[in-house]
Amino acid sequence: MMKIFLGNEMSRCRKLLAGSVFAMVFAGAVMAEENQRDPYEGFNRGMFAVNEVIDKLATKPLAQIYDKAAPLPVKAGTGNFFGNVGDLWIGSNNALQGKFGDAGVDIGRLLINSTVGIFGLFDVASELGLEKHEEDFGQTMAVWGVGGGGYLFWPVIGPRTLRDTAGWFIDSYGDPVWRTRPVSVRNSLLTLRFIDIRASLLPADKVVEEAALDKYAYIRDAYLQRRRNQIFDGRPPRLDD
Amino acid sequence: MMKKIIALIFATLVAATAQAQETPDVLIKQVTEDVLEIVRNDKDIQSGNTQKAIDLVDKKVLPHFDFLHMTALALGKDWRKATPQQQQQLTAEFKTLLVRTYSNALTGYKNQKVVYKPFKMNAGETDVLVRTEVLQPGSKAIQLDYSLEKKESGWKVYDVTVAGISLVTNYRDQFAQEVRNGGVDGLIATVAAKNKSLESNLAKAEKK
Repeated sequence: MMKIFLGNEMSRCRKLLAGSVFAMVFAGAVMAEENQRDPYEGFNRGMFAVNEVIDKLATKPLAQIYDKAAPLPVKAGTGNFFGNVGDLWIGSNNALQGKFGDAGVDIGRLLINSTVGIFGLFDVASELGLEKHEEDFGQTMAVWGVGGGGYLFWPVIGPRTLRDTAGWFIDSYGDPVWRTRPVSVRNSLLTLRFIDIRASLLPADKVVEEAALDKYAYIRDAYLQRRRNQIFDGRPPRLDD
Repeated sequence: MMKKIIALIFATLVAATAQAQETPDVLIKQVTEDVLEIVRNDKDIQSGNTQKAIDLVDKKVLPHFDFLHMTALALGKDWRKATPQQQQQLTAEFKTLLVRTYSNALTGYKNQKVVYKPFKMNAGETDVLVRTEVLQPGSKAIQLDYSLEKKESGWKVYDVTVAGISLVTNYRDQFAQEVRNGGVDGLIATVAAKNKSLESNLAKAEKK
């Protein structure tokens, strides 16, 4: 029940987001700039509060149950499976960014893990030294010179800049999980992946709660730093202090 | 007997020189391996004893950190507006906060391995980045980098970056916001209050 609900919700979210993003672009141009990196702070804080409630009541409890119930090999297998499914799109993005060597590694990973790794349940390729990459269309657009366009916080989906929200849409078209049919299977897979990712973030919860003076700002700045690091493939140029 | 004493003095001398000339990558590796060795053999820390983790960090890790530099980095432009006394107070509170929150990470230790990336340094360099990676079964490696500055007392860490997120500069906007609202003293009070609430949580957890 819950599974289908969440899957459908995510699908509906996707459509809703499309409308909101375009509305934002125009609204943003008119809005006076308070914090340059967070021009929609009022809206974002509202959405953040909504998400805190959703997380507390639904997402986090589910992730905790999953975390307790699933033994480590199952969790590792689940993570590996979705990781493998994503490698083709990661490779495409590497190619779109002109990193053909990395793209080759991604395709190699996909071939090895889908066969020797039994449908991607085992990440044999990493053990052979083919390193997993983190790429998505938002990063590709950044490499092409598209600016971040302001920070946004979406319920369920979480933090995304305007560019990365658009990237997230494109990603969902390049993502085999979103293309899975029948829809019920797609929804189950989306939900499982969502819960698996949330479960992997459980240990970070305590750190954020304890470390942050303002949880909203802490998560925003961590997201923006991490994205910058991903765009530069782990070697961002130094910012002036 | 005499031979032994001479050998001992010699060994101490060699050790002392090694310490002084230690390169930053070697320092990071030594401290990391030291700490992991202790955590691996300490069931209390593994089962979530935060106080014990804090004590370990206090003893093994903190001597290699420069908290004044860290606090200046977190405060950014406002640092120069603060009086020396405010700088000292804020440094003390920020240190407590960082140590308390991130020592917790040690209690989550489950057989992760640390890999040290190749390190190159030009002669005379005084500000370097040492790159490492934390490997854990079933998930992607986490990038863990240390920024170090050479001081008279040796190399000191002034920033730690996890997956590209600086634990220090991630506070910059939050600090700036507090300074806007209540000045540097307001910021000091906020961090101190945060520490107090964490302290009482810790005390409660220990009673359980």
